[in-house]
Parts: sequence; C-alpha cells; structure tokens
Amino acid sequence: MTTDISPAAPSAAPPPESETEDGKEQTLLQQIMSGSWLVSLLAIVLALLFGGVLIAVSNAEVVAAAENFFAAPGEFFATLFQTVGNAYSALFRGAVFDWDARTTERAIRPLTESMVSGTSLILTGLGIALAFRCGLFNIGGQGQVILGATIAGFLGYALPLPPVVHMLVAAIGGIIGGAIWAGIAGVLKARTGANEVIVTIMLNSIAGYALGYLLKQNWFTHTTSANPQSRVIDDSAQMFLLLPPPFRLHFGFVIAILATIFVWWLLERSTIGFEFKAVGANPHAARTAGISVSKVTILVMIVAGALAGLGGAAQVLGTEYKLTGGISGSIGFDAITVALLGRSKPLGTFLAGLLFGAFKAGGYLMQSQTGTPIDIVLVVQSVIVLLIAAPPLVRSIFRLPTPVLKRKED
Amino acid sequence: MIAASALVLSACGSGGESGSDYMACMVSDSGGWDDQSFNQSGREGMENAKKNLGIEEKLAESQGDADFKPNVDNMVQQGCNLTFGVGFLLEDTIQEAAEANPDLNFALIDSTFSDADGKPVTIDNAKAVVFNTAEAAYLAGYVAAATSKSGKVGTFGGIQIPSVTIFMDGFADGVDKFNKDNKKDVKLLGWNKKKQDGSFSGDFENQGQGQELTKQLISQGADVIMPVAGPVGLGAAAAAKEAGDVNLVWVDSDGYESTEYGDIILTSVVKQISQAVEDTIKEGSEDKFSNEPYVGTLENEGVGLAPYHDFEDKVPEDVKKKVEDLKKQIVDGSLVVESESTPK
Repeated sequence: MTTDISPAAPSAAPPPESETEDGKEQTLLQQIMSGSWLVSLLAIVLALLFGGVLIAVSNAEVVAAAENFFAAPGEFFATLFQTVGNAYSALFRGAVFDWDARTTERAIRPLTESMVSGTSLILTGLGIALAFRCGLFNIGGQGQVILGATIAGFLGYALPLPPVVHMLVAAIGGIIGGAIWAGIAGVLKARTGANEVIVTIMLNSIAGYALGYLLKQNWFTHTTSANPQSRVIDDSAQMFLLLPPPFRLHFGFVIAILATIFVWWLLERSTIGFEFKAVGANPHAARTAGISVSKVTILVMIVAGALAGLGGAAQVLGTEYKLTGGISGSIGFDAITVALLGRSKPLGTFLAGLLFGAFKAGGYLMQSQTGTPIDIVLVVQSVIVLLIAAPPLVRSIFRLPTPVLKRKED
Repeated sequence: MIAASALVLSACGSGGESGSDYMACMVSDSGGWDDQSFNQSGREGMENAKKNLGIEEKLAESQGDADFKPNVDNMVQQGCNLTFGVGFLLEDTIQEAAEANPDLNFALIDSTFSDADGKPVTIDNAKAVVFNTAEAAYLAGYVAAATSKSGKVGTFGGIQIPSVTIFMDGFADGVDKFNKDNKKDVKLLGWNKKKQDGSFSGDFENQGQGQELTKQLISQGADVIMPVAGPVGLGAAAAAKEAGDVNLVWVDSDGYESTEYGDIILTSVVKQISQAVEDTIKEGSEDKFSNEPYVGTLENEGVGLAPYHDFEDKVPEDVKKKVEDLKKQIVDGSLVVESESTPK
C-alpha cells in the first residue's frame, strides 16, 4: 500500500499548498498551526500579565490599598508589585530553581518536578498533536489516558514479573489500551463518518465510568479496602527513578523524549507520516493522489491513542503507583492546550508540555506559600489557549504584521 | 532532615505573636474548598483555629490526585507542625509523609489508615479523624419514616465509599426501627443495607445527576429523601422543590443554614468536622497531640441531628420525644447502631 503511493506522493503535495495560499480553503486548524513562535511567546506573556491582574484583585491587601488609592497611590503600587511579584517568584521557585530551599537537592528539585508533571502532558500532547496534523480533533485524550493507566496499573500489580520486564509489559499494556480506545473513534470515523469530536468525548465518559466500576470490584483492585482504589503496583513495575529520592524524576521522562523523536521521525521522515499530513492538509487531494483516507484516519487515531495511553501508563507507573478514580486528573484536556501551544509540532509540544508541567509544579508552591488561589494557574493556561486560538487578536494587540500565508515545512 | 525541619521551626518561631509559632496546614482533595462538604468544613476549622488560637495556617487545594504528593511535600518543606489531609484519597500520601517525617504531626479527615491489604494500622505521629455518622443518620431515618406520608423514603450517595454508605446504613436502620416500633411498613428506596447496594450519582460534582436520581426516587413515591453527595445534594433539593411535597434530610452541615432550601429541609445529619479540626489543632499547639483516632459520635457531639427549624411544628411531639429517647439509648450504649463502615 505504502509503496504504491510513494511515487504519487510528491505530486500530492502542491494542491493543498496552493489552496492555502489563496486562503479560501484554509481551515481554522491550519490557521492556528500557522501562527509563529512569536505569537505563542506573546500569548504566554499576555496571559501572565492577565494572571497578575487577577492575583492582585484576589488579594485582600491589594484591594485594601486600592481603596486608599487617591490618598496613597505609591503604597498601592508598592503593594501591587510586591503581591504579584511574590506570587510569580514563588511560581518560579516551585518550577525551576528554589533559592530559598534549605538544601542543594531541594533547590534544584523544582526543575525535575516540572519534568515529572510534564511527562504525561508531553506524551498525551503528542497524541493530540499527531491527530491535529491529520486534521482530526482528538478530544479523547482523557479517555485514552484513563484506559492506558487502567491497563498499565492492573498489569503492574496483577502480574508477577521480574523488574524492568514488568515495567515494560505494563507500559505496553497502557499503549494498547490507549490505542484501542482511540482506534474505536478512528474506525467509526473511517467507516461511518461519525464525528470524531463527539465520539472521543463520549468515550471519555465511558472510560471514566468504566474505571469507577472496576475500582469497586475486588478481583480488579486486588485489595479488600472498601474505598475505590487499587492495590499499589509492585516495585518491579515502577518506572525506575533517574535520580535518588527526594527526586521523583523517573524513566517516563526518557520515554517522553524518545516519543517526541519518534513523532518527529514519523511526521518528517516516514512515508506514512507524509500520508498523515497530506490527509490533514486536504483529504480530497490526498484521496485523488491515491492515499486511503480511511486507513490513514484509523492509523493516526491508533498511534495518537497509543501515545496518550503511554501518558496514562507513565502517570500510574511513574508517580502515582496506584489506580484511583482521579488518576487522569485533567491531563487529557490540558494536553489539548499543550498541543495547540506547541502548534502541533513534536518539539513545540515537548516544550509546551514542559511549560505546563512547570505551571503545575510552580502552582503548588505559589498556592501554599503565598495563598494565591491555584485557579489563577488555570486561568493563565486558558488565556494562553484563547490567545493561541485567536492569533489575529494577538497580532493586533502587538501590532504585528499579518503573516504571508505561506506554509513552510520546519 | 530533622535538623533541617528544626531550622524552619525556629525560623517560624521568630514570628512574634503568642501561639503563632505553631503552623497548621491542610491539603484538600479534588473537591476543593467550596465543596459544601468535608473540604469546606475542614477549612472552616482551620479558620476558626487561626482566629481563636492565633496559629499560622497554610492551605493547598488539590485539583487532581497527582497534586496530593507535591502539596503535602510542600507543607512538610515549610515545616508545618500539623498537616491535615482531607478524605480517603490522601491516606497513602499522609501515611508516607508521616513515616518520613517523625518529627511532624499529621491527621487524616474522614478515613483511617490501612496497609496495602486494607488492614488497619496505627502510626505514631498521625491521627485519623472519623465520624460514626450512622448514629445520627439513624435518628434521621426514624424522623423521615415517621413524617413520610407516602410510606416511602429514599436516599442516594455520591460514590460508594465507607464515609458515604455509613450515612445510608444508619438511615436504613432508623427506618426499620420506626417500622418495628409502630408496626408500619415504610419502605426505603435507593439503599439496601444487607446487600450494601444502592443508588449513586457517581461523583460529588454533577448536580444534574443528583436532580435526575431524585426525580426517579420521587416518581417511585419517595417523599423524604437524603442525598449523601455533598454539592450534588443541591440538585436533589432543586428536584424536591419542583415536586412540591417532597422534603430532604441534608447531610454534613445544617442545610437550613448552609443552603437556600431551608423550607424543605426536614432536618440534617451534622458532622462536626470543623470542630474536630480545631480541637486537633488545639491539642497539637498545646503539645498534647495523640495518634488516638478521633471518632465523632452522638456522645461526644461529633455527630448529631440538626434542629427541625421550619418543621418544628410539623414533626409530631411523640416522634420528637422518641428521637430524644433513642439518642439517649445510643449515648448510654443500650442501643448500638452498626454499620460495615463504622470506623474501628
């Protein structure tokens, strides 16, 4: 199949490009992806500024100072900058380097914590990004993460296997779980044309409730605890630590790096990846060029689900060590933001995942030390998405020139 | 490690005000501080302790299960003398932190400590704060059965966990007690104590689901309903209000005060989490911390039945008297309310 179309492939490339150039056929997705690095960066800066305003408004001292603004404007600004400065410096100390820490280990630990929080986001984000590149909105990251975590976790405590092998078997189980879950959406899309957005969202709920059900079954949880949680996974199944405790950085981060390289290779160097992109750019042209759109749809969903499933596996095998109803947190949805911010490029997604991991890790310290509501971090993240999804807005705010809509390959 | 923590403690000690060198901290579960349930009550306890005892407080809200470890770790790093975890989900995290930091104290709200096989364990520097709510729910079940006109009462939970089903067990027994004493046959919908099986909305967030479940219970004839699902109960209240002649038994706090549905709330099964938190902090700040679990009962007023408020005139005098009698019997031990979920 692949050998059949390779000769035709080069001729398949021009039509989508010429169509994007006159701007008529340009989809929203393509518009979002064509934004420049500068837009991403400025979106982050703007979001942080906006977050700063919210931090100030939610702080009682600043509000009190604002009431006396006309009497003592200097004091107001001093309080304002001190409050916002403290919050953001705590965010930085929690995410990168803590100069207030008592030990050297503790001082450099925050950066590794950002990597820990980022691991699952990167893996799942890659899954979302890959589907985006093929023109598919995979909103089912959450369900795929849950399935991946469920199978990986179960294999992690149910099988007696030697170290490393056990971990690999469990991780592969997670990959298969995610692949099957996303594959369902892919098959439905390819065979019946069912909208993948709706199907993947529905599959999220099904995965969540299925896990909730399984956690009540003793044969599944391997524990007599009446609470809905599983047994702790065996030591042999844990993703081994890259640094000694108190560091939590585990092998999953290496997997995330390898997965990033794999996705880059897949998209930029492999024939099948070329087909993915061709279908994403223009399915009609791709079909004319002899690419089987339905095959590509199913395949891309399977690979995307496998990556998200691996994200779930990294979560349960790397940091949580047991299954609970909330094992997936909001990874599946945050990963959509990560993929958008990374403009669906492997390296971009990797960096965006790290950034969001840093927000998460920094948020813990910011909240506990300065009492800043953790929701601020969520708002900052959301504003980033909003700005990324609306590049023209950012451009007009910063008076950037409208880019010539010419899509360059990286 | 110990030396390091001592350093922080002494650093905090330079704070000034009397009593302010004691730092109490709390990590919520993913319900958040405004969950109208245990997180909120726990936080109230922290605020009261801050006000009344002059201690320092640190709060951390978790948005997902992955947040527990970093949040508790941050509290430990800041040298919190006493760190509370709210809910059973934090059990392992608190347990680990307690074992790694023998010089600091920890407490867990609404759950006891157990090992990997679910067997109870004791930890020298960690206290479980739990509530035998079955006792108070028993009284509520009796009142509900006595005031039901349709002869059917209902209940549903958020998630099937011991701290939820213990309410339903007590409620079921209270209904049975009324039937036995009065040779009536009031039916309970939504929970089967013997089979430990019933209706659950699936989480502590989705009010729409609570509304739907309540509508189903009402359509089956229930006219007094006890939702044991935190804020999901608000959905139940909306459905009950719409139906007109359906009343609720609220849980955790006095629903007459904490919700806007006071006019349909017959009574509430109250769980004094905030008092327990404040008491635990007080013990800690006076250097009297003990790992002895705190079990809230009718006897120590850790659980109780709220006043009837608007229903003061509608609940018959003999029922009120009977409830008082039952309460006395439970307190003096002549009547034992049993549940599989009773904290041991």
